[in-house]
Amino acid sequence: MTLKEVQTLLEANILCGDDECLQREVRICFACDLISEMLLYLKPHSLLITSLTNAHVIHTAQVMDAKSILFVGGRRPDPSVIASGEQNKIPLLTTPLLTFDCCGRLYENGVRGEKH
Amino acid sequence: MVDSLTYTPKITLEFEIGEKDFFIAGECASRVKKTLQQLGLKQDVIKRIAIIIYEAAMNVAIHATSGRLIVHVDPDAITILTQDIGAGIEDIDLAMKEGYSTATYEIREMGFGAGMGLSNIKQCSDGLSIESKVGVGTNLEAKVFFRNEKKAVEDT
Repeated sequence: MTLKEVQTLLEANILCGDDECLQREVRICFACDLISEMLLYLKPHSLLITSLTNAHVIHTAQVMDAKSILFVGGRRPDPSVIASGEQNKIPLLTTPLLTFDCCGRLYENGVRGEKH
Repeated sequence: MVDSLTYTPKITLEFEIGEKDFFIAGECASRVKKTLQQLGLKQDVIKRIAIIIYEAAMNVAIHATSGRLIVHVDPDAITILTQDIGAGIEDIDLAMKEGYSTATYEIREMGFGAGMGLSNIKQCSDGLSIESKVGVGTNLEAKVFFRNEKKAVEDT
């Protein structure tokens, strides 16, 4: 499914990312709140689901070539973090849903985690 | 993308890392990654190097009062060094153990301090050596060979 479809499915708001970014295909997802674990397991082109909203999440996604980030629980990063996402062409979304529901809905719709 | 560089770039990148300067850790990794991409290195090699740099720089920011990170790019390998002044590591074997952490709640709240840093560095390196003195500081050297042949530096 596309990132735009993920947005609808997870009742998410887009914090940054243009139409072209939102047409990106999402096949792999990784949900995590530990940076070291992201560095170890995050696969390229994944959607990262997290409740962390600091600048390290953008750095980590950029280093690991993640395609997009979804913040759960209605969390919103600071404007500087959103600007960094924009600058690195990493679309950022926020959803009121919590991690379990996000993963459940995505899994039901064919999105999978990547075996490491 | 190439396995090794056919010329000698002799690039050295250096970053100063202050106490609790967490932001610079990610910045170091991002900037070095961009430089290595410009050199045309393979993505998986670049990623391993970026992970080592992120974790090593973060360790300095978390545990030291000051330090620096130096990256040497040679035709066949990259050497990542951190040199810091700070608490030092009492038991390196214990610190290498996944899950062991002395990080504070504040650090953990940011998503760090899971006790995976050194084991991540080891996993991504072809060679790793750590020297530390309690109350003085820590020196870390990690190597990544472009052709991933054999470990040149014995694991500590």
